[in-house]
Amino acid sequence: MRNRPRKSGLHKAMLHHLSPAALWFPLAAVVVLAGSLLLYAALAAWTNRRYKQWPLRRYLFWFSGVAAAGISLVGPLADAAHRSFSAHMAGHLLLGMLAPLLLLYGKPLTLLMRSLPTKPARHLSRLLNSRYISIVSHPVMTALLNFGGLFILYRTDLFVWMHQSVWVYALVHIHVLLAGYVFTWSILYADLTVHRHSFRLRAVVLIVALAAHKVLAKTLYAAPPTGVATRDGEMGALIMYYGGDGIDLVLIFLFCYSWYKAAAPGQIARAV
Amino acid sequence: MASNEQVAAGESAHALNKRNLWSGILFGIGSMAFIDEVIFHQLLQWHHFYDLATPQIGILADGLLNSFAWFAAVGGLFLFADLKRRQAVRMKYWIASILIGSGAFQLFDGIIDHKVLKVHQVRYHVELWPYDLSWNLFGAALLIAGIALAKSAKKERLA
Repeated sequence: MRNRPRKSGLHKAMLHHLSPAALWFPLAAVVVLAGSLLLYAALAAWTNRRYKQWPLRRYLFWFSGVAAAGISLVGPLADAAHRSFSAHMAGHLLLGMLAPLLLLYGKPLTLLMRSLPTKPARHLSRLLNSRYISIVSHPVMTALLNFGGLFILYRTDLFVWMHQSVWVYALVHIHVLLAGYVFTWSILYADLTVHRHSFRLRAVVLIVALAAHKVLAKTLYAAPPTGVATRDGEMGALIMYYGGDGIDLVLIFLFCYSWYKAAAPGQIARAV
Repeated sequence: MASNEQVAAGESAHALNKRNLWSGILFGIGSMAFIDEVIFHQLLQWHHFYDLATPQIGILADGLLNSFAWFAAVGGLFLFADLKRRQAVRMKYWIASILIGSGAFQLFDGIIDHKVLKVHQVRYHVELWPYDLSWNLFGAALLIAGIALAKSAKKERLA
């Protein structure tokens, strides 16, 4: 299986560079990321006049989360990712796992709620309480969106199309960031969380989801996606497996710590 | 031993005893998986990341086991921290349950992972049975030592 000959026609797809006309994607990414930095800082500074100071560490979390996403979308790593699967995988760890975790601790939803006037804040609150959000923010659903998406990306021809069409490329990357964010949000209640689930349910989902990540990494080691050379595929799979392990450890630590705080003696028991 | 106050807080002495046991078992499983990864995968490189003969079910089971072990290592320690702040740690019992957890994991790894699911072998290009035998004997020894220690801890408490 390891020495299976690769189809040479598909190999070209991987080596294909984005044409100059496709420069709009990195440009758009820079605009959106810089905009999110400015908007975040402006909202925090503006609301500081009415409420207590927005803590410095939250700016740092948000800024480093945006930086992690930026490194994977624009610049040398993003360019290398068009040619090398290992670079692609390093970028995906940043975009799908690290950036969401950092961004979540910037508490953007809390900041948004504190910035909005009463009426729009009520609308947002009603939206968050809706049946739709309760379904899509359920841990089982977010895990399916996140890890199911990865299986589709690497185990179908989507990975080849992604390198042929900048639109598919953009959609895949937006999905990886958003699905990673919603998953992290549904496991760690660090920001405003409306629909809450027990520690037990979230622990089981987390364990199964991280297992799916490991299984996918191993099958990628055994058989890389179409168009990826064997060595490069193995390296990328190892980055996915062990890099994932590192961020998983942080996730698990934060999750268990939230249990430790909630289970403190003398604490009034709440729903979760 | 839990004081009356702690019992009033909703945690019976029995529940806290059980938490000692679970904390140790989980931490034992997690630390054994970690030791296995560091010594046999990374340092000695006897175990392979992926063995060409691994069946799909083996990859699946191995992923679940490793993910669970990672969680168990951290969760077990947080349970211990919880016992500590409740002043309910029973050290001997806790150490006994670490031995039970790590021994059980070693045996499970040696029999189910290596032999039944064939995730990978202990070592390659060598006569395998002495390795398998010592692997499983070591696991069994840990398990038996843990059970013996737990029994003696229980006897001490009741005496």
